[in-house]
Amino acid sequence: MSDSLIKPRIERPSLSQTIEAKAPLLLVPVLMVIGLLAIGSGSTWLTLTAAGLAMGMMIFIMASGLTVIFGLMDVINFGHGAFISLGAFAGFTILGLLGGWIESPSIALNLGAVLLAVAFAMLVTGLAGYGFERLIVKPVYGQHLKQILVTMGGLVVTQQLIYVIWGPDEIVLARPAAFQGSFVVLGAAIEKYRVLAIVIGLALFVAMRLVLNRTRIGLLVRAGVQNGEMVEALGYPIEKLFLAVFMVGCALAGLGGVMWGMYQETITAHMGAEVMISVFIVVIIGGLGSIEGCFIGAMLVGLLTNYTGFLIPKLALVSTIMLMGAVLMWRPQGLYPVVKAH
Amino acid sequence: MSDALLSLNGVHTHIGPYHILQGVDLEVPRGGVTVLLGRNGAGKTTTLRTIMGLWQASKGTIQFDGTEIQKETTPAIAQREIAFVPEDMGIFTDLTVHENMLLAARNGAIDEERLGWVLGLFPPLKTFWQSAAGNLSGGQKQMLAVARAIIEPKKLILIDEPTKGLAPAIINAMIAALKELKEMQTTILLVEQNFSMARAVGDTVAVMDDGRIVYSGDMAELAADAGLQERLMGLSLEAHQ
Repeated sequence: MSDSLIKPRIERPSLSQTIEAKAPLLLVPVLMVIGLLAIGSGSTWLTLTAAGLAMGMMIFIMASGLTVIFGLMDVINFGHGAFISLGAFAGFTILGLLGGWIESPSIALNLGAVLLAVAFAMLVTGLAGYGFERLIVKPVYGQHLKQILVTMGGLVVTQQLIYVIWGPDEIVLARPAAFQGSFVVLGAAIEKYRVLAIVIGLALFVAMRLVLNRTRIGLLVRAGVQNGEMVEALGYPIEKLFLAVFMVGCALAGLGGVMWGMYQETITAHMGAEVMISVFIVVIIGGLGSIEGCFIGAMLVGLLTNYTGFLIPKLALVSTIMLMGAVLMWRPQGLYPVVKAH
Repeated sequence: MSDALLSLNGVHTHIGPYHILQGVDLEVPRGGVTVLLGRNGAGKTTTLRTIMGLWQASKGTIQFDGTEIQKETTPAIAQREIAFVPEDMGIFTDLTVHENMLLAARNGAIDEERLGWVLGLFPPLKTFWQSAAGNLSGGQKQMLAVARAIIEPKKLILIDEPTKGLAPAIINAMIAALKELKEMQTTILLVEQNFSMARAVGDTVAVMDDGRIVYSGDMAELAADAGLQERLMGLSLEAHQ
């Protein structure tokens, strides 16, 4: 093929297109500035911002698995909340066994207890995800209405199993000693546990980006989100990829469940279903299938909930729904949709 | 056509309530280009997708290199060194050109010598190696689709209408690329409506109508016989030139 016949040409995006593409990145800083102006007090703002970011990180942890599952597998998993609850209870079991570690003044033992609880919760929810995908989700691939019905059924069954195993009562999930109390920074009280949540959330975001952008499995996932059939035609069994991603998504829900449970300091069988409203809002704001969009959406939801909770408490409950409406009016498919609705 | 790499015998395919392929018998000789012609809706694309296992044959057999493959999954069929370039090209638009090519490299790394040859066939891909494939023009995307199919040596390449909607210069370039592949004894099954292209690269030809093969033979015979073309296609293939 001759170079002279086909002159390479590629359309460069215009300035307005570039700004349009990058604009979502400015939303979080802009919201922070608006929050600062509205709140007035720097120390109060700092406390609320740290709380908002921590809440956002935990919602991101729970939502990231759901958005990848939807993006790659086109599965609407209303049962995702079950894995959040299951993770919290599995983590509670380990923390209960490691009571001495939790009460110890040693940060290393406290952190070790949290990490073991998280690891066990992820193992349990990952394995439960395997069963859930094989038994409940696999038979209804490509059938959205049935997916909603059977995954809702799966959620109810899992909640009942939690009642059977751990009992129906609300359980107190104590934070380890090192993560109780607050730091005082610039006159603002910032809970230690929230700092831990921010660190874990950021680490997860960076790790997910590295896996998705720098590894072959990540390349396959990104390709599969776009065109699963072509991935198969290139010789990759996408069903195995589906299963692996579903298990990882459930394990992330389990991680989020432990973090959320320690944040709320109480756990119930239906805690996952309750937080799913925020999780779905984040996934929709971010754009289906997008980790970056999910991250920005989670930060926006966390910050807005805390700012409005302080400024106009009656608006706090609906503020995130109003945010979602505003984002969808601007970008009907979310901030960074990977999967485009037809 | 005794040395067929691919043989379809009485293949039927149903898609939902529709009976698309109604007993397709087709032989693709080893080392040549077989062109599948036919009007829109004749079943050409369905034939390629059925060979790839993307739609299951409801009846009949598909033999590839001596093995029946009609019950195998798409990945298993692809792993038999069969490449597929679909009509919509199947480009991963959010991935770079490099990443698109990397996915086709089975052991995770692209052979440098082979890559040099492929980029020699399709120079624009080198220019846009790190660009998102979604930013390429239609012709460049088609080059990428074909390049991805041949970045690893393949026994059989199935290509669905590679010239659809492309400018004449790019069609000529695509013909040159297919001829080079042919010289390397790569077996190609090409679905094409552009008869100039079909005649330029085809060794054998099969014509489909209503889900069946209604003619198969040498391309040279069909190209030389306007009456036969008229009878088979309902209009002179010369009109497509």
